[in-house]
Amino acid sequence: MRKGYFGDFGGQFVPELLMPPLKELDDAYRTIARSRPFLTEFGQILAEYVGRSTPLYRCPNLSAELGFNLYLKREDLAHTGAHKINNTIGQALLTRHMGKSVLLAETGAGQHGVASATAAAMLGLSCIVYMGATDVVRQAHNVQRMRLLGAEVRPVESGTKTLKDAINAALRHWIAGQADTHYCIGSVVGPAPFPELVRDFQSVIGHECRQQCVERFGALPDLVVACVGGGSNAMGIFHPFVEDREVRLVGVEAAGTGQPGCHHSASVTQGTPGVLHGTRTRLLQTADGQILPSHSVAPGLDYPGVGPEHAWLDASGRAEYVTVNDAQALAAFQALCRKEGIIPALESAHALAYVLEHRQAIEPGSNVVVNLSGRGDKDLGIVAEVLGV
Amino acid sequence: MASTLTRRIREAQAAGRKALIPYLPAGFPGLDEFWDAVAELDGAGADIIEIGVPFSDPVADGPTVEQAALESLARGVTLKWILEGLATRAGRLRAGIVLMGYLNPFLQYGMEAFARDAARAGVHGVIIPDLPHEEAADIRATLAASGLDLIPLVGLNTSPARLALYAKDATGFAYFVSVLGVTGERATLPQAVGARLAEAKRTFRVPLALGFGLKTPDQLAALGEGPDAVVFGSALITHLRAGGAPARFLEAWR
Repeated sequence: MRKGYFGDFGGQFVPELLMPPLKELDDAYRTIARSRPFLTEFGQILAEYVGRSTPLYRCPNLSAELGFNLYLKREDLAHTGAHKINNTIGQALLTRHMGKSVLLAETGAGQHGVASATAAAMLGLSCIVYMGATDVVRQAHNVQRMRLLGAEVRPVESGTKTLKDAINAALRHWIAGQADTHYCIGSVVGPAPFPELVRDFQSVIGHECRQQCVERFGALPDLVVACVGGGSNAMGIFHPFVEDREVRLVGVEAAGTGQPGCHHSASVTQGTPGVLHGTRTRLLQTADGQILPSHSVAPGLDYPGVGPEHAWLDASGRAEYVTVNDAQALAAFQALCRKEGIIPALESAHALAYVLEHRQAIEPGSNVVVNLSGRGDKDLGIVAEVLGV
Repeated sequence: MASTLTRRIREAQAAGRKALIPYLPAGFPGLDEFWDAVAELDGAGADIIEIGVPFSDPVADGPTVEQAALESLARGVTLKWILEGLATRAGRLRAGIVLMGYLNPFLQYGMEAFARDAARAGVHGVIIPDLPHEEAADIRATLAASGLDLIPLVGLNTSPARLALYAKDATGFAYFVSVLGVTGERATLPQAVGARLAEAKRTFRVPLALGFGLKTPDQLAALGEGPDAVVFGSALITHLRAGGAPARFLEAWR
């Protein structure tokens, strides 16, 4: 496969002015990030600071009801409450090894921004986070968290004032600030080597999960399910299973309200190939190639593109991509709260919803893993509004 | 045969001046006003006119160009609209015509269909800011088959080795980005521009245009011999927004 590509997807569609810092990053990724001292330090921070490994938890009540074993990979128990921290620690550490002092990030709902601010604070870097002006208002809590952690939050007033515009702003900033700044992208998106780099840092989820499955039930899981927005938690858990053809991999996209013609975030299942943010992937776009606004009740899934490796796993048939709508995700959210005492992120609730909706099609007694990518405290405002609790 | 774009720039130089390349977002300041402005710039001595193809996510542009592009999109401007408008004027414009736009709208149009329709509409070249050398080969070949130049962009951080890569394949002209940043007017240009520009000029066989950040002609004074051509976008947009006439803007640069 061509370097930086996954089949027909991926690449480096960026202005020439960004090629030197991408080359510098690519070199660091292939040398420093794979060196023993780096990996040792990374592993130590993940263990002592992030709290890894995260548990693989068998849901006793839902498993009894469903007739198969439902396991949750508990990324919600990682520091800052989501898997995002795995990537930001990795990239912040790499930033320091590259001799740069500023960690630049974009954020939609604010989770990646908080995880970046956290990693920057811990590793002594300064942190700038671009965030769509609309999101700054919607996610005021996370803005406060970032500021408490010492990050500078810059509202983005252009375009749709959401995540995609925050990425545009971060890329623009990086062009000018490349000498001392690393762009810590928040998902498996963007130009090469970001999709591979972020996947590798997130693969700790899948590596742990694989080992935990063997320890718990002496086999690999039958089915692994994860939600897909940009797709970093899904790539993280899928990647170590890709060669194990007997493990079914299912990526769950957000269908929005599910009404015909509604805005949604299902770029693999309903998008078309195109180029955005430096990569060729599947996009929500008009016939003229303009990017469409996306929507989901889960703010972290709200992105009109998807990581190019997901587009490839879909095209090659190795993973299946499906959709779940807002109402189904909210039902799964409530089920996990009431039956297992776990408040999941609305993003992760999409993955669980797929399992609950397709329970009939899942073999009794099989072992199913859902990546519980984050906790739901951040979503209480949205849930209160929609469910009236 | 030398490309029309190369020829226009060399003609200006033969007349003892730098070639002038105004950039105007398609459909700005209004659908009809845009075509009037193109005709006026052409009549006022623009050597090449760069027409911006609007895109929802223009990562190489500053706020002035982005805002104009988003307004154009809201007016319904598409690549098809641009090509149809140009086709009705084909043969009536003296200036060379270049389309500048991000890759995705061209891809969705279909690269081969675009190259064919653009050539028929009198377009001479294309600038695609998010298409670096590594990704450009197929597209360059498709454009070349219809006689269109793919204009490369290089800048202050482009190494001699990369300059040489671009120089090997360049036709028409090359575009030197004067700042490490996005489009938009700056009061002064970075110190390093003069030396880096001279190095790029030695590397390229085709003429070199300087753009991004140009506001007034005195900015060029510090550059020594300077570029073969100058591009101005944001400053022209600002001028038009303030009610200025397109031809008046060019006068200052003649």
